[in-house]
Amino acid sequence: MSVDWLIPALLTIVTAATPLVFAAVGEVVVEKAGVLNLGVEGMMIIGAIAAFGTAISTGNEVLAILAGAGAGVLLAVIFGVLTVYLQSNQVATGLALTIFGLGLSALIGHSYVGKTFGGLAKLYIPWLSDIPVIGPVLFGHDALVYLSVVSVAIVAWVLTRTRTGLLIRAVGENHDAAHSIGYSVTMVRMGAIMFGGAMAGIGGAYLSVAYTPLWVENMTAGRGWIALALVVFASWKPWRAFFGAYLFGGITIIQLYAQGMGVEVSAQFLSMLPYIATIAVLVVISRDSARARLDAPACLAKNFHTSA
Amino acid sequence: MTFKSKLGTAAAAFILTVGVSSAAQAQLKVGFVYVGPIGDHGWSYEHNQGRLAIEKALGDKVITTYVEKVPEGADAQRVISKLASSGHGLIFTTSFGYMNPTLRAAKRFPKVKFEHATGFKRAANMSTYSARFYEGRYVVGKIVGNMTKSNVIGYIASFPIPEVIRGINATYLSARSVNPKVKIKIVWVSTWFDPGKEADAAKTLIDQGADVIMQHTDSPAPVQVAQRRGVWAVGQASDMTNFGPKAHLTSIIDDWAPYYIARTKAVLDGTWKSTDTWDGFKPGMVQMSAYNKAIPADVVALAKKTRADITAGKLFPFTGEIKDQSGKVRVKAGEKANDGVLAGMNFYVQGIDGVIPK
Repeated sequence: MSVDWLIPALLTIVTAATPLVFAAVGEVVVEKAGVLNLGVEGMMIIGAIAAFGTAISTGNEVLAILAGAGAGVLLAVIFGVLTVYLQSNQVATGLALTIFGLGLSALIGHSYVGKTFGGLAKLYIPWLSDIPVIGPVLFGHDALVYLSVVSVAIVAWVLTRTRTGLLIRAVGENHDAAHSIGYSVTMVRMGAIMFGGAMAGIGGAYLSVAYTPLWVENMTAGRGWIALALVVFASWKPWRAFFGAYLFGGITIIQLYAQGMGVEVSAQFLSMLPYIATIAVLVVISRDSARARLDAPACLAKNFHTSA
Repeated sequence: MTFKSKLGTAAAAFILTVGVSSAAQAQLKVGFVYVGPIGDHGWSYEHNQGRLAIEKALGDKVITTYVEKVPEGADAQRVISKLASSGHGLIFTTSFGYMNPTLRAAKRFPKVKFEHATGFKRAANMSTYSARFYEGRYVVGKIVGNMTKSNVIGYIASFPIPEVIRGINATYLSARSVNPKVKIKIVWVSTWFDPGKEADAAKTLIDQGADVIMQHTDSPAPVQVAQRRGVWAVGQASDMTNFGPKAHLTSIIDDWAPYYIARTKAVLDGTWKSTDTWDGFKPGMVQMSAYNKAIPADVVALAKKTRADITAGKLFPFTGEIKDQSGKVRVKAGEKANDGVLAGMNFYVQGIDGVIPK
């Protein structure tokens, strides 16, 4: 079998994985701080419409992506105020946030249906982009792809190697202890939630600005939920979430290529694989209670109140 | 959920000036139930264009209302009953999943006329209607068969149902009739609507040598990918020129307006009967958008002739002899496939590679 198809397939995998990387890594930080935000899908779609609207009206892609991140943050703040300050149930609020985001984006996006623009350009790095095989695969992407890798590296470094990371993890593992030694649990959690919102917003912006430069209702098509599954799949580790996103993107794209080449595989089975993997990982990590304690933040989805 | 009703101001003024006497010849209220948002640029969008056409054509005689994004199921039942009990004389329910709720409403409200799209259950006051999109695919086949240089047509398919398989077969039979070397490469994406996945499928097909992308999914993303990669594309349901002016050869458009106007008139005239309509080019239920200027004149002429012949009944896309992949004759030489064969089509015709997913 020829390997000619491999390079284009790899390029397609990268674009399929990038929105998932952003959303999943943002959610890793949120959950590490002990907050379960199921509103990723809603924050992504709001990011997508905000970025697309900005791109159409200003023609400036940097502004568009910032608008996407900003819109994600705004939605995340709503979630934060409700859950952190007003103590509402995180699961219910997160679900409501997704439904709200989908509805609001449809309302805002009404006049953008049927429009399009050139889309985010791929970077061209002189000399490097021209290297055969490695050039296009490593140096031929748009800027957001590199930003996604850099953000994973930064998040991984901050969470494991810095005082800030220690604080985030402390709040997520035992908020009472963190509070008793004088840290503001609410501030840390709000910060994490806003970061998660920005990342989900950028993930959504990637869809509407780079992946498929257009707006249609519900264009995230469930990617926010996949990102949430990836966080568990990755046992709350940023690099694992990154590889999970590529694995997921990879399986999706490979099955399309396999079909095109006439390989008789069940498309439905391959589409199902990433979800089976997630369930399998969930079973494995919860079977061993010692491991489960190490992986999942102990205070995940538990609200904090000083009087409690 | 939004509920909008539009009342012509002229009509209101008319009623006000003429007063009670005009109440005798009251306006017909026509209701629509849509499964998607009218902004989907696809299925529900086109049904809504049909609703607007009724208003334009019949003016003061009708009032139309619509309810969009109605989930198939219990909500549909509630919405349809609400429309029926609020004085609507004619109700169009525009998704397959509304079949049973529509039938139940039809039994409860015998005086209200119901029209259900793409279903197969009827009643004395409930008709069904659908469009022969394969006629459009057959015209497209003549174009793509001529336009392809690589002799590979890429086809993004949604779900393995007869509607989709019929479209693939019609395209292939037609393309092969003008280009014996043509191959059709099919990728199933298991969704009607996911712009990202549809774009990925288009990229996959292009990477594997396709230089024309066709789709039986609803988003314009594949047309956009074709434009970026410099290959041809054919749009679906709505005119998708906007998303790839260079790549876009033509789109097969669902045009419900003539049917909707005719049925509304029939209710106004008192001639409405329960029917089963499956129409194509002839009454204009299926349309083609403008052909790309890059298509050579003789190919455009062929496409136009094909369309004219289908409309006139001189050409039938599924005329035998048609064999399936195993070589078994499905339609005998010289015979035309009947509607039963078409409606239940579950085989690829001979020459198509690959298997239909189970």
